[in-house]
Amino acid sequence: MHAETVIPNPKLIVKDLNFYYGKDRALKDINLTIPEKMVTAFIGPSGCGKSTLLRAFNRMYQLYPKQSATGEVLLDGQNLLDKKQDLNMLRAKIGMVFQKPTPFPMSIYDNIAFGVKLYERLSRNEMDERVEWTLKKAALWNEVKDKLKQSGTGLSGGQQQRLCIARAIAVKPQVLLLDEPTSALDPISTANIEKLIDELKQDFTIVIVTHNMQQAARISDFTAYMYLGELIEFGDTSTVFTNPKRKETEDYITGRFG
Amino acid sequence: MPTFLQEASHKRQALLDVLFRNLTRLAAFGVLALLVAIIGSLIVGSMPAIHAYGFGFITSSQWNPVTDQFGAWIPIVGTLVTSGIALLIAIPVSFGIAIFLTELSPRWMRRPLGIAVELLAGIPSIIYGMWGLFVFAPLFGDHVEPWLNDHIGTWPLLGPFFSGPPMGIGILTASIILSIMVIPFIASVMRDVFDVVPAMLKESAYGLGATTWEVMRNVVLPYTKIGVVGGIMLGLGRALGETMAVTFVIGNAHELNQSLLMPGNSISSALANEFTEAVGELYTSSLIELGLILFFITFVVLSLARLMLYKLAQGEGRGA
Repeated sequence: MHAETVIPNPKLIVKDLNFYYGKDRALKDINLTIPEKMVTAFIGPSGCGKSTLLRAFNRMYQLYPKQSATGEVLLDGQNLLDKKQDLNMLRAKIGMVFQKPTPFPMSIYDNIAFGVKLYERLSRNEMDERVEWTLKKAALWNEVKDKLKQSGTGLSGGQQQRLCIARAIAVKPQVLLLDEPTSALDPISTANIEKLIDELKQDFTIVIVTHNMQQAARISDFTAYMYLGELIEFGDTSTVFTNPKRKETEDYITGRFG
Repeated sequence: MPTFLQEASHKRQALLDVLFRNLTRLAAFGVLALLVAIIGSLIVGSMPAIHAYGFGFITSSQWNPVTDQFGAWIPIVGTLVTSGIALLIAIPVSFGIAIFLTELSPRWMRRPLGIAVELLAGIPSIIYGMWGLFVFAPLFGDHVEPWLNDHIGTWPLLGPFFSGPPMGIGILTASIILSIMVIPFIASVMRDVFDVVPAMLKESAYGLGATTWEVMRNVVLPYTKIGVVGGIMLGLGRALGETMAVTFVIGNAHELNQSLLMPGNSISSALANEFTEAVGELYTSSLIELGLILFFITFVVLSLARLMLYKLAQGEGRGA
Protein backbone atom coordinates (compact mmCIF):
# COMPACT_ATOMS: atom_id res chain seq x y z
CA MET A 1 0.00 0.00 0.00
CA HIS A 2 2.74 2.42 0.89
CA ALA A 3 5.75 0.41 -0.16
CA GLU A 4 6.99 3.38 -2.11
CA THR A 5 7.54 5.40 1.08
CA VAL A 6 11.19 5.11 1.98
CA ILE A 7 11.82 5.14 5.72
CA PRO A 8 15.32 6.15 6.79
CA ASN A 9 16.86 4.34 9.81
CA PRO A 10 13.92 2.26 10.98
CA LYS A 11 13.65 2.15 14.78
CA LEU A 12 10.34 0.46 15.37
CA ILE A 13 8.84 -1.93 12.87
CA VAL A 14 5.24 -3.05 13.30
CA LYS A 15 4.31 -6.26 11.51
CA ASP A 16 0.76 -7.58 11.11
CA LEU A 17 -0.30 -6.16 14.45
CA ASN A 18 -3.82 -7.03 15.59
CA PHE A 19 -5.24 -5.87 18.88
CA TYR A 20 -8.26 -7.14 20.77
CA TYR A 21 -10.40 -5.77 23.58
CA GLY A 22 -11.96 -9.06 24.56
CA LYS A 23 -13.39 -10.20 21.23
CA ASP A 24 -13.44 -6.75 19.63
CA ARG A 25 -10.72 -6.32 17.08
CA ALA A 26 -9.45 -2.78 17.59
CA LEU A 27 -6.42 -2.89 15.32
CA LYS A 28 -6.43 -4.66 11.99
CA ASP A 29 -3.20 -5.93 10.44
CA ILE A 30 -1.14 -2.83 11.08
CA ASN A 31 2.16 -2.64 9.21
CA LEU A 32 4.29 0.38 9.88
CA THR A 33 7.89 1.51 10.17
CA ILE A 34 8.87 4.29 12.51
CA PRO A 35 12.14 6.11 11.73
CA GLU A 36 14.81 6.84 14.32
CA LYS A 37 15.14 10.34 15.79
CA MET A 38 12.16 11.70 13.96
CA VAL A 39 8.67 12.64 15.03
CA THR A 40 5.94 10.33 13.80
CA ALA A 41 2.34 11.42 14.33
CA PHE A 42 -0.76 9.21 14.50
CA ILE A 43 -3.91 11.06 13.51
CA GLY A 44 -7.49 10.01 13.01
CA PRO A 45 -10.94 10.42 14.53
CA SER A 46 -11.73 9.28 18.08
CA GLY A 47 -11.81 5.53 18.45
CA CYS A 48 -9.71 4.86 15.38
CA GLY A 49 -7.14 2.95 17.42
CA LYS A 50 -4.27 5.43 17.44
CA SER A 51 -3.89 5.39 21.23
CA THR A 52 -4.33 1.62 21.23
CA LEU A 53 -1.49 1.31 18.75
CA LEU A 54 0.71 3.53 20.91
CA ARG A 55 -0.05 1.50 24.02
CA ALA A 56 0.93 -1.69 22.23
CA PHE A 57 4.49 -0.33 21.92
CA ASN A 58 5.15 -0.52 25.66
CA ARG A 59 2.61 -3.26 26.34
CA MET A 60 0.70 -1.01 28.71
CA TYR A 61 -2.39 -3.02 27.76
CA GLN A 62 -1.03 -5.93 29.77
CA LEU A 63 -2.13 -4.21 32.97
CA TYR A 64 -5.67 -5.03 31.93
CA PRO A 65 -7.16 -8.46 31.56
CA LYS A 66 -8.84 -9.31 28.28
CA GLN A 67 -6.64 -7.02 26.20
CA SER A 68 -4.28 -8.79 23.88
CA ALA A 69 -2.16 -8.27 20.80
CA THR A 70 -0.88 -10.53 18.04
CA GLY A 71 1.83 -9.81 15.50
CA GLU A 72 5.20 -8.22 16.03
CA VAL A 73 6.59 -4.91 17.18
CA LEU A 74 10.33 -4.86 16.55
CA LEU A 75 12.56 -2.44 18.39
CA ASP A 76 15.96 -2.60 16.68
CA GLY A 77 14.97 -6.03 15.43
CA GLN A 78 13.86 -7.37 18.82
CA ASN A 79 10.22 -8.38 19.17
CA LEU A 80 8.66 -6.44 22.05
CA LEU A 81 5.51 -8.55 22.08
CA ASP A 82 7.56 -11.67 22.76
CA LYS A 83 6.46 -13.09 26.10
CA LYS A 84 10.09 -13.56 27.07
CA GLN A 85 10.74 -9.85 26.74
CA ASP A 86 11.29 -8.36 30.23
CA LEU A 87 8.41 -5.92 30.62
CA ASN A 88 10.14 -3.52 33.00
CA MET A 89 13.28 -3.31 30.90
CA LEU A 90 11.10 -2.72 27.84
CA ARG A 91 9.33 0.15 29.54
CA ALA A 92 12.65 1.67 30.56
CA LYS A 93 13.58 1.81 26.88
CA ILE A 94 10.23 3.26 25.83
CA GLY A 95 9.00 6.27 27.79
CA MET A 96 5.41 7.46 27.78
CA VAL A 97 3.56 10.72 28.46
CA PHE A 98 -0.21 10.88 28.82
CA GLN A 99 -3.19 13.08 27.90
CA LYS A 100 -3.16 14.79 31.26
CA PRO A 101 -0.15 15.71 33.35
CA THR A 102 0.39 12.98 35.94
CA PRO A 103 3.07 14.22 38.35
CA PHE A 104 3.71 11.77 41.17
CA PRO A 105 2.73 12.98 44.64
CA MET A 106 6.32 13.82 45.59
CA SER A 107 8.82 16.63 45.11
CA ILE A 108 9.92 17.82 41.67
CA TYR A 109 13.36 16.34 42.32
CA ASP A 110 11.93 12.97 43.33
CA ASN A 111 9.61 12.91 40.34
CA ILE A 112 12.71 12.84 38.14
CA ALA A 113 14.78 10.63 40.43
CA PHE A 114 12.03 8.01 40.81
CA GLY A 115 12.50 6.36 37.43
CA VAL A 116 16.28 6.71 37.49
CA LYS A 117 16.50 4.94 40.85
CA LEU A 118 14.69 1.94 39.41
CA TYR A 119 17.63 1.14 37.13
CA GLU A 120 20.74 2.96 38.24
CA ARG A 121 22.67 3.32 41.46
CA LEU A 122 23.80 6.92 41.42
CA SER A 123 25.60 8.91 44.07
CA ARG A 124 23.93 12.01 45.41
CA ASN A 125 26.05 14.19 43.14
CA GLU A 126 25.42 12.12 40.06
CA MET A 127 21.72 12.18 40.76
CA ASP A 128 21.78 15.96 41.18
CA GLU A 129 23.52 16.22 37.82
CA ARG A 130 21.05 13.87 36.18
CA VAL A 131 18.09 15.85 37.51
CA GLU A 132 19.61 19.09 36.26
CA TRP A 133 20.46 17.59 32.86
CA THR A 134 16.94 16.23 32.55
CA LEU A 135 15.18 19.41 33.56
CA LYS A 136 17.33 21.43 31.19
CA LYS A 137 16.50 19.02 28.36
CA ALA A 138 12.83 19.45 29.19
CA ALA A 139 13.19 23.25 29.22
CA LEU A 140 11.98 23.39 32.79
CA TRP A 141 15.20 24.03 34.72
CA ASN A 142 14.99 27.81 34.88
CA GLU A 143 11.46 27.70 36.19
CA VAL A 144 11.96 25.12 38.92
CA LYS A 145 15.64 25.20 39.91
CA ASP A 146 14.83 27.10 43.13
CA LYS A 147 12.00 24.84 44.19
CA LEU A 148 13.15 21.31 43.48
CA LYS A 149 12.03 20.21 46.94
CA GLN A 150 8.49 21.43 46.39
CA SER A 151 5.70 19.17 45.31
CA GLY A 152 5.36 18.49 41.60
CA THR A 153 1.60 18.81 41.92
CA GLY A 154 1.95 22.52 42.71
CA LEU A 155 3.20 23.45 39.22
CA SER A 156 1.00 24.84 36.46
CA GLY A 157 -0.52 22.42 33.97
CA GLY A 158 2.05 23.13 31.26
CA GLN A 159 4.93 22.86 33.71
CA GLN A 160 3.51 19.60 35.05
CA GLN A 161 3.39 18.16 31.56
CA ARG A 162 6.99 19.21 30.90
CA LEU A 163 7.85 17.59 34.24
CA CYS A 164 6.22 14.40 32.98
CA ILE A 165 8.24 14.58 29.76
CA ALA A 166 11.35 15.20 31.86
CA ARG A 167 10.51 12.21 34.02
CA ALA A 168 10.17 10.05 30.93
CA ILE A 169 13.52 11.13 29.41
CA ALA A 170 15.40 10.96 32.73
CA VAL A 171 15.89 7.22 32.28
CA LYS A 172 17.31 7.91 28.79
CA PRO A 173 14.82 5.86 26.80
CA GLN A 174 15.23 5.29 23.08
CA VAL A 175 11.63 5.94 22.15
CA LEU A 176 9.22 8.49 23.59
CA LEU A 177 5.49 7.84 23.25
CA LEU A 178 3.29 10.91 23.61
CA ASP A 179 -0.43 10.24 23.91
CA GLU A 180 -2.13 13.56 23.10
CA PRO A 181 0.29 15.37 25.40
CA THR A 182 -1.23 18.83 24.86
CA SER A 183 -4.93 18.01 24.88
CA ALA A 184 -5.36 19.40 28.42
CA LEU A 185 -3.16 22.47 27.94
CA ASP A 186 -3.66 26.10 26.93
CA PRO A 187 -2.20 27.38 23.61
CA ILE A 188 0.95 28.87 25.15
CA SER A 189 1.81 25.71 27.07
CA THR A 190 1.04 23.75 23.92
CA ALA A 191 3.48 25.88 21.94
CA ASN A 192 6.14 25.27 24.60
CA ILE A 193 5.64 21.53 24.44
CA GLU A 194 5.74 21.53 20.64
CA LYS A 195 9.01 23.46 20.72
CA LEU A 196 10.32 20.95 23.22
CA ILE A 197 9.32 18.00 21.05
CA ASP A 198 11.18 19.55 18.15
CA GLU A 199 14.35 19.76 20.26
CA LEU A 200 13.98 16.31 21.76
CA LYS A 201 13.97 14.56 18.41
CA GLN A 202 17.72 15.09 18.20
CA ASP A 203 18.06 12.45 20.94
CA PHE A 204 14.90 10.40 20.89
CA THR A 205 12.57 8.67 18.50
CA ILE A 206 9.20 10.28 19.13
CA VAL A 207 5.76 8.91 18.40
CA ILE A 208 2.87 11.27 19.09
CA VAL A 209 -0.85 10.66 19.03
CA THR A 210 -2.77 13.85 18.40
CA HIS A 211 -6.29 15.00 17.80
CA ASN A 212 -5.02 18.19 16.36
CA MET A 213 -4.15 17.97 12.68
CA GLN A 214 -2.35 21.32 12.64
CA GLN A 215 -0.17 20.02 15.43
CA ALA A 216 0.72 16.94 13.44
CA ALA A 217 1.48 19.12 10.43
CA ARG A 218 3.66 21.48 12.49
CA ILE A 219 5.81 19.06 14.41
CA SER A 220 5.91 15.67 12.74
CA ASP A 221 8.17 14.31 10.03
CA PHE A 222 5.95 11.36 9.26
CA THR A 223 2.21 10.97 9.65
CA ALA A 224 -0.01 7.94 9.88
CA TYR A 225 -3.73 8.35 9.30
CA MET A 226 -5.87 5.72 10.97
CA TYR A 227 -9.54 4.95 10.69
CA LEU A 228 -11.59 2.21 12.37
CA GLY A 229 -8.55 0.27 13.45
CA GLU A 230 -6.87 0.35 10.07
CA LEU A 231 -3.85 2.23 8.90
CA ILE A 232 -5.19 4.13 5.91
CA GLU A 233 -2.14 6.08 4.89
CA PHE A 234 1.41 6.55 6.06
CA GLY A 235 4.08 8.76 4.63
CA ASP A 236 6.12 11.87 5.17
CA THR A 237 4.01 14.58 6.67
CA SER A 238 4.13 17.07 3.85
CA THR A 239 2.98 14.46 1.35
CA VAL A 240 0.18 13.20 3.54
CA PHE A 241 -1.11 16.70 4.14
CA THR A 242 -0.63 18.24 0.72
CA ASN A 243 -0.95 15.31 -1.60
CA PRO A 244 -2.69 12.41 0.11
CA LYS A 245 -2.93 9.24 -1.92
CA ARG A 246 -6.19 8.05 -0.43
CA LYS A 247 -9.53 9.77 -0.67
CA GLU A 248 -10.33 8.99 3.00
CA THR A 249 -7.21 10.80 4.14
CA GLU A 250 -8.01 13.80 2.01
CA ASP A 251 -11.56 13.95 3.38
CA TYR A 252 -10.32 13.87 6.95
CA ILE A 253 -7.56 16.40 6.46
CA THR A 254 -9.72 18.86 4.61
CA GLY A 255 -12.30 18.61 7.36
CA ARG A 256 -15.01 17.06 5.28
CA PHE A 257 -15.22 14.30 7.83
CA GLY A 258 -14.16 13.56 11.39
CA MET B 1 -56.14 36.34 40.55
CA PRO B 2 -52.85 34.90 39.34
CA THR B 3 -50.64 37.40 41.20
CA PHE B 4 -52.20 36.49 44.52
CA LEU B 5 -51.65 32.79 43.91
CA GLN B 6 -48.04 33.41 43.02
CA GLU B 7 -47.49 35.43 46.17
CA ALA B 8 -48.98 32.73 48.32
CA SER B 9 -46.75 30.05 46.86
CA HIS B 10 -43.75 32.30 47.28
CA LYS B 11 -44.56 32.70 50.94
CA ARG B 12 -45.01 29.00 51.36
CA GLN B 13 -41.69 28.30 49.69
CA ALA B 14 -39.90 30.85 51.83
CA LEU B 15 -41.42 29.32 54.94
CA LEU B 16 -40.43 25.82 53.89
CA ASP B 17 -36.92 27.02 53.19
CA VAL B 18 -36.58 28.55 56.65
CA LEU B 19 -37.99 25.39 58.18
CA PHE B 20 -35.59 23.20 56.26
CA ARG B 21 -32.59 25.32 57.14
CA ASN B 22 -33.43 25.23 60.81
CA LEU B 23 -34.01 21.51 60.76
CA THR B 24 -30.56 20.81 59.33
CA ARG B 25 -29.06 23.28 61.80
CA LEU B 26 -30.84 21.54 64.65
CA ALA B 27 -29.43 18.18 63.55
CA ALA B 28 -25.89 19.51 63.27
CA PHE B 29 -25.94 21.33 66.59
CA GLY B 30 -27.72 18.40 68.20
CA VAL B 31 -24.66 16.24 67.57
CA LEU B 32 -22.43 18.86 69.14
CA ALA B 33 -24.73 19.22 72.14
CA LEU B 34 -24.79 15.46 72.58
CA LEU B 35 -21.00 15.30 72.56
CA VAL B 36 -20.75 18.06 75.15
CA ALA B 37 -23.41 16.42 77.28
CA ILE B 38 -21.62 13.06 77.25
CA ILE B 39 -18.28 14.58 78.17
CA GLY B 40 -19.99 16.70 80.81
CA SER B 41 -21.73 13.77 82.46
CA LEU B 42 -18.54 11.70 82.36
CA ILE B 43 -16.68 14.52 84.12
CA VAL B 44 -19.41 15.01 86.69
CA GLY B 45 -19.62 11.26 87.31
CA SER B 46 -15.90 10.93 87.80
CA MET B 47 -15.53 13.95 90.13
CA PRO B 48 -15.48 11.86 93.36
CA ALA B 49 -12.64 9.71 92.01
CA ILE B 50 -10.75 12.73 90.72
CA HIS B 51 -11.05 14.35 94.14
CA ALA B 52 -9.97 11.22 95.93
CA TYR B 53 -6.96 10.23 93.80
CA GLY B 54 -6.03 13.22 91.64
CA PHE B 55 -3.52 12.50 88.88
CA GLY B 56 -2.28 9.50 90.81
CA PHE B 57 -5.31 7.64 89.44
CA ILE B 58 -3.68 7.43 86.03
CA THR B 59 -0.28 6.17 87.18
CA SER B 60 -1.41 3.87 89.97
CA SER B 61 -1.64 0.17 89.25
CA GLN B 62 -3.66 -0.55 92.37
CA TRP B 63 -7.15 -1.94 91.89
CA ASN B 64 -8.67 -3.06 95.15
CA PRO B 65 -12.42 -2.64 95.62
CA VAL B 66 -12.19 -3.91 99.19
CA THR B 67 -9.91 -1.12 100.37
CA ASP B 68 -11.28 1.41 97.84
CA GLN B 69 -7.90 1.78 96.15
CA PHE B 70 -8.26 2.40 92.42
CA GLY B 71 -5.76 3.19 89.69
CA ALA B 72 -6.11 3.14 85.92
CA TRP B 73 -2.58 2.27 84.81
CA ILE B 74 -3.17 -1.43 84.10
CA PRO B 75 -6.28 -1.02 81.91
CA ILE B 76 -4.69 1.97 80.13
CA VAL B 77 -1.61 -0.08 79.27
CA GLY B 78 -3.78 -3.05 78.32
CA THR B 79 -5.87 -0.92 75.97
CA LEU B 80 -2.89 0.72 74.30
CA VAL B 81 -0.84 -2.47 74.00
CA THR B 82 -3.65 -4.63 72.59
CA SER B 83 -4.66 -1.92 70.09
CA GLY B 84 -1.04 -1.26 69.14
CA ILE B 85 -0.24 -4.92 68.48
CA ALA B 86 -3.55 -5.32 66.65
CA LEU B 87 -2.58 -2.49 64.28
CA LEU B 88 0.92 -3.88 63.87
CA ILE B 89 -0.62 -7.08 62.55
CA ALA B 90 -3.61 -5.54 60.76
CA ILE B 91 -1.90 -2.79 58.74
CA PRO B 92 0.42 -4.94 56.63
CA VAL B 93 -2.22 -7.63 56.15
CA SER B 94 -4.83 -5.05 55.11
CA PHE B 95 -2.34 -3.40 52.77
CA GLY B 96 -1.72 -6.77 51.16
CA ILE B 97 -5.44 -7.48 50.84
CA ALA B 98 -6.06 -4.07 49.29
CA ILE B 99 -3.19 -4.39 46.81
CA PHE B 100 -4.35 -7.83 45.79
CA LEU B 101 -7.96 -6.71 45.37
CA THR B 102 -7.14 -3.60 43.35
CA GLU B 103 -4.09 -4.59 41.32
CA LEU B 104 -3.35 -8.28 41.18
CA SER B 105 -6.51 -10.32 41.56
CA PRO B 106 -8.23 -11.61 38.43
CA ARG B 107 -11.38 -9.64 37.77
CA TRP B 108 -13.81 -12.45 38.56
CA MET B 109 -12.34 -12.90 42.02
CA ARG B 110 -12.57 -9.24 43.04
CA ARG B 111 -16.23 -9.09 43.92
CA PRO B 112 -16.49 -12.30 45.95
CA LEU B 113 -13.29 -11.52 47.84
CA GLY B 114 -14.35 -7.92 48.47
CA ILE B 115 -17.73 -9.07 49.75
CA ALA B 116 -16.03 -11.63 52.01
CA VAL B 117 -13.91 -8.89 53.54
CA GLU B 118 -16.97 -6.74 54.12
CA LEU B 119 -18.88 -9.65 55.66
CA LEU B 120 -16.01 -10.10 58.08
CA ALA B 121 -16.71 -6.56 59.27
CA GLY B 122 -20.35 -7.40 59.79
CA ILE B 123 -19.80 -10.28 62.24
CA PRO B 124 -21.02 -9.20 65.69
CA SER B 125 -18.17 -8.79 68.14
CA ILE B 126 -19.64 -11.28 70.60
CA ILE B 127 -19.15 -13.98 67.98
CA TYR B 128 -15.50 -13.05 67.64
CA GLY B 129 -15.32 -13.28 71.44
CA MET B 130 -16.90 -16.71 71.57
CA TRP B 131 -14.83 -17.99 68.71
CA GLY B 132 -11.74 -16.53 70.36
CA LEU B 133 -12.48 -18.17 73.69
CA PHE B 134 -13.66 -21.58 72.55
CA VAL B 135 -11.69 -22.15 69.37
CA PHE B 136 -8.80 -19.78 68.91
CA ALA B 137 -7.46 -19.51 72.47
CA PRO B 138 -7.12 -23.28 73.06
CA LEU B 139 -5.44 -23.79 69.69
CA PHE B 140 -3.17 -20.81 70.28
CA GLY B 141 -2.30 -22.02 73.78
CA ASP B 142 -1.59 -25.58 72.66
CA HIS B 143 0.35 -24.93 69.50
CA VAL B 144 1.61 -21.38 69.11
CA GLU B 145 2.45 -20.18 72.60
CA PRO B 146 4.74 -23.11 73.48
CA TRP B 147 6.56 -22.43 70.21
CA LEU B 148 6.87 -18.73 71.10
CA ASN B 149 8.21 -19.74 74.51
CA ASP B 150 10.82 -22.03 73.02
CA HIS B 151 11.97 -19.83 70.18
CA ILE B 152 11.41 -16.12 70.76
CA GLY B 153 11.20 -16.48 74.55
CA THR B 154 14.92 -17.11 74.77
CA TRP B 155 15.95 -13.99 72.84
CA PRO B 156 17.45 -11.06 74.65
CA LEU B 157 15.24 -7.94 74.80
CA LEU B 158 12.24 -9.49 73.01
CA GLY B 159 12.35 -12.71 75.04
CA PRO B 160 10.52 -11.62 78.20
CA PHE B 161 7.56 -10.47 76.12
CA PHE B 162 7.00 -13.97 74.77
CA SER B 163 7.73 -16.21 77.71
CA GLY B 164 5.17 -17.35 80.21
CA PRO B 165 2.58 -20.03 80.79
CA PRO B 166 0.85 -21.00 77.52
CA MET B 167 -2.71 -20.53 78.73
CA GLY B 168 -4.10 -19.33 75.45
CA ILE B 169 -5.76 -16.38 77.11
CA GLY B 170 -4.02 -13.09 77.55
CA ILE B 171 -2.88 -9.82 75.99
CA LEU B 172 -1.46 -11.40 72.83
CA THR B 173 -4.59 -13.44 72.13
CA ALA B 174 -6.75 -10.35 72.61
CA SER B 175 -4.48 -8.42 70.25
CA ILE B 176 -4.76 -11.05 67.54
CA ILE B 177 -8.55 -11.25 67.83
CA LEU B 178 -8.64 -7.45 67.65
CA SER B 179 -6.46 -7.44 64.57
CA ILE B 180 -8.83 -9.87 62.84
CA MET B 181 -11.70 -7.58 63.76
CA VAL B 182 -10.11 -4.38 62.42
CA ILE B 183 -8.61 -5.87 59.23
CA PRO B 184 -11.89 -5.68 57.27
CA PHE B 185 -12.29 -2.00 58.17
CA ILE B 186 -8.77 -1.00 57.24
CA ALA B 187 -8.65 -3.25 54.17
CA SER B 188 -11.93 -2.04 52.71
CA VAL B 189 -11.05 1.63 53.21
CA MET B 190 -7.63 1.04 51.64
CA ARG B 191 -9.22 -0.78 48.71
CA ASP B 192 -11.69 2.04 48.17
CA VAL B 193 -9.02 4.75 48.17
CA PHE B 194 -6.67 2.69 45.99
CA ASP B 195 -9.52 2.31 43.53
CA VAL B 196 -9.83 6.07 43.00
CA VAL B 197 -6.17 6.53 42.04
CA PRO B 198 -6.31 7.66 38.38
CA ALA B 199 -5.34 4.81 36.06
CA MET B 200 -3.14 7.24 34.16
CA LEU B 201 -1.07 8.01 37.26
CA LYS B 202 -0.41 4.34 37.84
CA GLU B 203 0.31 3.82 34.16
CA SER B 204 2.85 6.63 34.31
CA ALA B 205 4.75 4.75 36.97
CA TYR B 206 4.35 1.40 35.21
CA GLY B 207 5.46 3.18 32.05
CA LEU B 208 8.80 3.97 33.68
CA GLY B 209 9.25 0.28 34.31
CA ALA B 210 8.21 0.18 37.95
CA THR B 211 6.98 -3.10 39.41
CA THR B 212 3.60 -3.44 41.10
CA TRP B 213 5.23 -3.08 44.51
CA GLU B 214 7.16 0.04 43.46
CA VAL B 215 4.01 1.60 42.03
CA MET B 216 2.04 0.86 45.19
CA ARG B 217 4.78 1.96 47.55
CA ASN B 218 5.91 5.14 45.79
CA VAL B 219 2.87 6.39 43.91
CA VAL B 220 -0.39 4.89 45.13
CA LEU B 221 0.37 5.03 48.84
CA PRO B 222 1.54 8.68 48.89
CA TYR B 223 -1.39 9.65 46.67
CA THR B 224 -3.90 8.02 49.01
CA LYS B 225 -2.18 8.61 52.33
CA ILE B 226 -5.00 10.67 53.83
CA GLY B 227 -7.51 7.95 53.11
CA VAL B 228 -5.14 5.23 54.29
CA VAL B 229 -4.44 7.00 57.58
CA GLY B 230 -8.18 7.56 57.89
CA GLY B 231 -8.80 3.83 57.46
CA ILE B 232 -6.13 2.98 60.03
CA MET B 233 -7.67 5.45 62.47
CA LEU B 234 -11.07 3.87 61.92
CA GLY B 235 -9.51 0.53 62.79
CA LEU B 236 -7.69 1.96 65.79
CA GLY B 237 -10.87 3.58 67.04
CA ARG B 238 -12.60 0.24 66.87
CA ALA B 239 -9.70 -1.55 68.56
CA LEU B 240 -9.50 0.96 71.42
CA GLY B 241 -13.18 0.73 72.21
CA GLU B 242 -13.83 -2.94 71.45
CA THR B 243 -15.37 -4.55 74.50
CA MET B 244 -17.03 -7.92 74.10
CA ALA B 245 -14.43 -9.84 72.13
CA VAL B 246 -11.61 -8.51 74.27
CA THR B 247 -13.40 -9.32 77.52
CA PHE B 248 -13.70 -12.93 76.44
CA VAL B 249 -10.03 -13.54 75.77
CA ILE B 250 -7.93 -10.96 77.64
CA GLY B 251 -8.17 -12.70 81.01
CA ASN B 252 -9.53 -9.72 82.95
CA ALA B 253 -6.78 -9.71 85.54
CA HIS B 254 -5.62 -6.51 87.15
CA GLU B 255 -2.01 -7.44 86.78
CA LEU B 256 0.86 -5.79 85.03
CA ASN B 257 3.11 -8.30 83.28
CA GLN B 258 5.89 -7.86 80.83
CA SER B 259 4.85 -11.07 79.12
CA LEU B 260 2.23 -10.73 76.42
CA LEU B 261 1.10 -14.28 77.10
CA MET B 262 -0.17 -13.31 80.55
CA PRO B 263 -3.72 -12.10 81.18
CA GLY B 264 -4.33 -8.41 81.55
CA ASN B 265 -7.17 -5.96 81.29
CA SER B 266 -8.36 -3.17 79.05
CA ILE B 267 -10.46 -0.14 79.88
CA SER B 268 -13.54 -1.28 78.05
CA SER B 269 -13.45 -4.84 79.36
CA ALA B 270 -12.91 -3.58 82.92
CA LEU B 271 -15.98 -1.39 82.51
CA ALA B 272 -18.10 -4.19 81.06
CA ASN B 273 -17.08 -6.65 83.75
CA GLU B 274 -17.26 -4.50 86.81
CA PHE B 275 -20.15 -2.11 86.42
CA THR B 276 -22.67 -4.61 87.69
CA GLU B 277 -20.70 -5.34 90.82
CA ALA B 278 -19.57 -1.79 91.53
CA VAL B 279 -20.82 -0.85 94.96
CA GLY B 280 -20.07 2.42 96.63
CA GLU B 281 -19.63 5.85 95.12
CA LEU B 282 -15.87 5.68 94.72
CA TYR B 283 -15.90 2.37 92.84
CA THR B 284 -18.54 3.56 90.37
CA SER B 285 -16.85 6.91 90.01
CA SER B 286 -13.49 5.28 89.29
CA LEU B 287 -15.08 3.25 86.50
CA ILE B 288 -16.62 6.40 85.03
CA GLU B 289 -13.23 8.08 85.15
CA LEU B 290 -11.85 5.10 83.23
CA GLY B 291 -14.46 5.82 80.59
CA LEU B 292 -13.40 9.45 80.52
CA ILE B 293 -9.79 8.37 80.02
CA LEU B 294 -10.80 6.13 77.10
CA PHE B 295 -12.59 9.09 75.58
CA PHE B 296 -9.46 11.18 76.06
CA ILE B 297 -7.16 8.53 74.54
CA THR B 298 -9.34 8.32 71.45
CA PHE B 299 -9.31 12.09 71.16
CA VAL B 300 -5.51 12.26 71.47
CA VAL B 301 -5.06 9.48 68.91
CA LEU B 302 -7.24 11.30 66.40
CA SER B 303 -5.35 14.56 67.00
CA LEU B 304 -2.01 12.80 66.54
CA ALA B 305 -3.28 11.39 63.26
CA ARG B 306 -4.16 14.89 62.08
CA LEU B 307 -0.74 16.14 63.13
CA MET B 308 0.92 13.28 61.29
CA LEU B 309 -0.95 14.09 58.09
CA TYR B 310 0.10 17.72 58.43
CA LYS B 311 3.75 16.73 58.86
CA LEU B 312 3.51 14.38 55.89
CA ALA B 313 2.16 17.18 53.73
CA GLN B 314 5.05 19.37 54.81
CA GLY B 315 7.60 16.67 54.13
CA GLU B 316 6.28 16.44 50.61
CA GLY B 317 7.06 20.10 50.09
CA ARG B 318 3.57 21.47 49.90
CA GLY B 319 3.99 23.63 52.98
CA ALA B 320 7.11 25.39 51.72
